[in-house]
Amino acid sequence: MKYMLMMNATGGGAYQIAQWPPADIKAHIAFMVQFSQKLHEAGELVGAEGLAGPEEAKRIRAGQDGKPVTDGVFPETKEFLAGYWIVDVDSPERAYQIAAEASAAPGPGGAPMNMPIEVRQVMSGPPPEFT
Amino acid sequence: MIDQLLREAAPHVLNVMLRRNRDFAAAEDAVQEALLAASQQWVKFGLPENPRAWLITVASRRLTDQFRSEAARRRREGDALGLEPAGAFVVPAPDEGVAAERDDTLALFFGCCHPSLSTSSAVALTLRAVGGLTTGEIARAFLVPEATMAQRISRAKQTIKASGVPFPARASRLEAVLHVLYLVFSEGYAASGGSPVHRVELADEAIRLARMLAADLPDDDDPEVSGLLALMLLTNARRAARTGPDGELVPLEEQDRSRWNRVEIQEGTALIEQALARGAVGPYQLQAAIAALHDEAASADATDWPQIAALYGLLVRMTGNPMARLSHVVAMSMVDGPAAGLALLDRLERDDRIAGHYRLEAVRGHLHERAGNRSAAVTHYRAAASRTASIPERNYLLMKAGKLA
Repeated sequence: MKYMLMMNATGGGAYQIAQWPPADIKAHIAFMVQFSQKLHEAGELVGAEGLAGPEEAKRIRAGQDGKPVTDGVFPETKEFLAGYWIVDVDSPERAYQIAAEASAAPGPGGAPMNMPIEVRQVMSGPPPEFT
Repeated sequence: MIDQLLREAAPHVLNVMLRRNRDFAAAEDAVQEALLAASQQWVKFGLPENPRAWLITVASRRLTDQFRSEAARRRREGDALGLEPAGAFVVPAPDEGVAAERDDTLALFFGCCHPSLSTSSAVALTLRAVGGLTTGEIARAFLVPEATMAQRISRAKQTIKASGVPFPARASRLEAVLHVLYLVFSEGYAASGGSPVHRVELADEAIRLARMLAADLPDDDDPEVSGLLALMLLTNARRAARTGPDGELVPLEEQDRSRWNRVEIQEGTALIEQALARGAVGPYQLQAAIAALHDEAASADATDWPQIAALYGLLVRMTGNPMARLSHVVAMSMVDGPAAGLALLDRLERDDRIAGHYRLEAVRGHLHERAGNRSAAVTHYRAAASRTASIPERNYLLMKAGKLA
């Protein structure tokens, strides 16, 4: 079963990596790289991406003519998606365990951040029973 | 055609390699490389006269190459101890060891469903080593990147190697093998309904592997093997009727029974009758017997629900499985009516393993619908739809709710 693990960062909150001391930024990035590598080596990683900051985010709607209508930037957003992993695992418990590991990524001073990771099952679940 | 030939040859070629070198990981890699070489070259230059001998020769060379480079590495590292056995890699006679092959294929099944492996690893390894599928085919079938599947398989082989027991004893492993084949089948059955991506038909592969397993076991052995094969055939028989033109789920009672596969039904029914006659009844046989009763009914109304309810009752007693209890409730409600079903459901809901499960909500919705409680039915269908992880099923439940609301 596949799960999407979403790392949500609070705008102006804990995930203000740009303001960290360089050594802490480096440790954080190294952790993320190793974490993905470990998931890949375990044969569990389906995909993972970090997303560009919310400052450049756009909200799009189709206009009357079907053309994209771009709506502003939302720096005031309280929470935004900073990145995600999609894993293919045997049980929800395993997905939670992976999420907990990601949550403990090192922050300022190397202390675990314990940031919230939202875990959602991908709709590729088991079929209804056969009969 | 070539794919089929390669898949059938794969376990036999692997067995020949393993007789020369007990290193499962190395032997399996060599076979996979030979299969890939064959799939490229045979398309271009046509089939060789003896395809299996061709594969054995190429796999042997790969194994020798691997062994040599490994030996060279060791020599470079200064611990060469003359490990290379002289003359170990002579090209074999193509019919080498035919008598021994039977048991060896069984050993392959048991090795791939090794107790130290996670289920998804055992599934992947079985499809590759016994099923002869390529890593790419397996990856596409499970919709994961090929690199991920390659890692999963290589990690599985390392795990087996580290366990020190490449081929676990047969006792208690048969159940694991059956479970793995069952999972492969359900994955394929779930995917049916036409994803445009080219995917190996996992349901067909599971049936092929179950046939192999059944053929390799003595007739009077565990009838659960026949039971599983029968269950797969009797279920697969309904595959074409199970989805509508837009991939939507068609429930059993609304399926066009003229589209069911009679050949599979006949074979499955004969298998389950023989298996049951042997006396050692198990969960797969019971489920196959239930599937046979559905398949034999000329119409939904003609279904033998009392018999199905009795079989689910046995299944519940044998396994204690809450899903079996839920199916038992459904069957009982077909015999005694929706009100009786709802009462049974209330009792089932005290089982923590299933309380709040979407299937329970779906059944509750269905029973309310039959009892004429439209608004209760809508509520429960919607609750079920919000919790299922299957898109076709969610759509089906939402449509049910929509028609009543």
